[in-house]
Amino acid sequence: MNAPVRANDTASSDALIEVRDLTVDFLGGRKPVRAVGGVDFSIRAGEALALLGESGSGKSVTLRALMRLLPESRTRIGGHLRVDGHDVLGLKPKALSAYRGGTVAMIFQDPGLALDPVYRIGDQIAEAVMRHEGVSRAAGRARALELFERVHIPSPARRLDAYPHELSGGMRQRAMIALALACRPKVLLADEPTTALDATVQIQILLLLRELQRDLGLAVIFVTHDVGVAVQVADRVAVMYGGHLVEVGASGAVIGTPAHPYTRGLLASRITPDSPKGVRLATIPGSPPDLADPPPGCPFEPRCGLVVPACREGLPARVAVAPGHAARCVRLAGV
Amino acid sequence: MTDLDPRDRGGPGQPLLTVDGLVKHFAGKGSLFGKGPAVRAVDGVDFSVMKGETLGVVGESGCGKSTTARLLMQISRQDKGDIVFDGELLGSRALDLKAYRRQVQMVFQDSYASLNPRLTVEESVAFGPKAHGLSSAAALARAHDLLRRVGLEPRRFGGRYPHEVSGGQRQRVNIARALALEPRLLILDEAVSALDKSVEAQVLNLLTDLKQEFGLTYIFISHDLNVVRFMSDRVMVMYLGRVAEIGPADAILGAPRHPYTAALLASQPSTDPEARLDEAPLTGDPPNPINPPPGCRFHTRCKFAADVCRTREPGLAAVAPAHLAACHLAVPGSGHPDSSPVPMAA
Repeated sequence: MNAPVRANDTASSDALIEVRDLTVDFLGGRKPVRAVGGVDFSIRAGEALALLGESGSGKSVTLRALMRLLPESRTRIGGHLRVDGHDVLGLKPKALSAYRGGTVAMIFQDPGLALDPVYRIGDQIAEAVMRHEGVSRAAGRARALELFERVHIPSPARRLDAYPHELSGGMRQRAMIALALACRPKVLLADEPTTALDATVQIQILLLLRELQRDLGLAVIFVTHDVGVAVQVADRVAVMYGGHLVEVGASGAVIGTPAHPYTRGLLASRITPDSPKGVRLATIPGSPPDLADPPPGCPFEPRCGLVVPACREGLPARVAVAPGHAARCVRLAGV
Repeated sequence: MTDLDPRDRGGPGQPLLTVDGLVKHFAGKGSLFGKGPAVRAVDGVDFSVMKGETLGVVGESGCGKSTTARLLMQISRQDKGDIVFDGELLGSRALDLKAYRRQVQMVFQDSYASLNPRLTVEESVAFGPKAHGLSSAAALARAHDLLRRVGLEPRRFGGRYPHEVSGGQRQRVNIARALALEPRLLILDEAVSALDKSVEAQVLNLLTDLKQEFGLTYIFISHDLNVVRFMSDRVMVMYLGRVAEIGPADAILGAPRHPYTAALLASQPSTDPEARLDEAPLTGDPPNPINPPPGCRFHTRCKFAADVCRTREPGLAAVAPAHLAACHLAVPGSGHPDSSPVPMAA
């Protein structure tokens, strides 16, 4: 029997999720691509962390690694992933399928990835509950109805019998959240779930996620490229660039007093309601690094305006700039 | 710059583009027994764009902003309505479709889908001028010149295929391609929406430079109100195929008179952790354009809706100089109990 590792036998602290030196390499191309180059973070139960970054920064890959969704034959994952006592990288197939959905659930940008188009939504949720909890179909349906009410779908009983294509975009997103919550996970991973939505619908979904996080005590990792969205859902923000976590801290601190030159550049290039017209926008020159051939030192060094020789000598160490606020930049260490 | 353009006809006071009563309905998904109800994508839209200005267009999905753009580009034909370009009616003897399309070009959101994957970057940019009669050598020379102006060194990028350049570079190619026919009006339909923020700022700066350099007029469609405010002189807000509000950008996005515009603004996530929202400004998704509600189309989601809003559709009325809003609230004597001639509290 491959009984899942019991919860609460973690060696350290009260962290629900602990990520240590996570690396992800994609194989199969001419050269392996290092999508994630050594990421550390931890999250307590009931805490929401936003992973903020641009395309190719490694934020989605980090999320998928936590759920072991990356194709095993073409990826090499290193480091330690510990979630609610489970050694995620060591899970055997049976324990892994209990872990997915039971401990950790995920929602996506495209509900089409999570919902099967040829089954009624209520049946899909009921099936997940039956499979994980071994209950009857009727009990599964009852749980599905309860979940639809939980995510504020109007006329929930009728909507359970709908097919995914019969729902509007915002409603499909709510149905996907209901499906993710079907087996009472402790961790919710959200991969840009509101990016394709209108702002008016996006804010509704963000508020729902915040409510669920609070009421159910979920730990949430929310991947986004939008600073405003990150601030709306998360207490802490982790900024990723070129496969590295370059800055992490309370959202107010990271947005208000950014320490890393990349975070500063990203925030400076944002257009706000107060941006004066006709003034050129600040930009970060160049484009993100090629991950098949990453720069030897700091990933941001080729685009950074504050480079010193030390920047090229390996990845800068993590420097605390304030309690709970750290960044990887050699300039912060007083060079 | 615009008044020096030899192609200019009516002088700077004449709008470059005037749209009058534009209507486009799409046949609904039918059953075995006939057609379904029509999707009223654009349902009576009037506006004009002055020479050298940028008109921003905002609204939720399904409001008709992209359909309007496609009608302006004549990718699909309107059911009703006129398009007048610099005083000439499109389709008249003075302005046939080919002559019009030379002066109006468009950049789409999906930078990859809008380039032919089998053509190199320089061939794509040179394609339009060749189709309009330029020799191959002259077209290629123009392509190189334009690639250089959008920040792509032709010797390095010209021979590449679309999949060999990044998203931001591809959008620069699309901008060069759109400019290759020396248009006067450029329609940018979510042209920067798919780009990363740090790249978006680069492309917006480029668009500002090109506008000056070529004396262009822009129609700038985006869901990002901050970007629209930054780029636009005037803004048009659309809702379910109609214009809800149109006027100077600072007025529309600073002191909106239509509750829909106010709700759109309030829905933008703030970056201030102290200013988190606790309640969504609007509930539900935009209603279906197949069956728009009677009266004011927005009344089903409007927190100010009164009886008059359910029965009578408000027309666009002047609420301030050059500022029009289609809301009973903004027009004294409209029958709305709270109508007022001053802006609502934001």
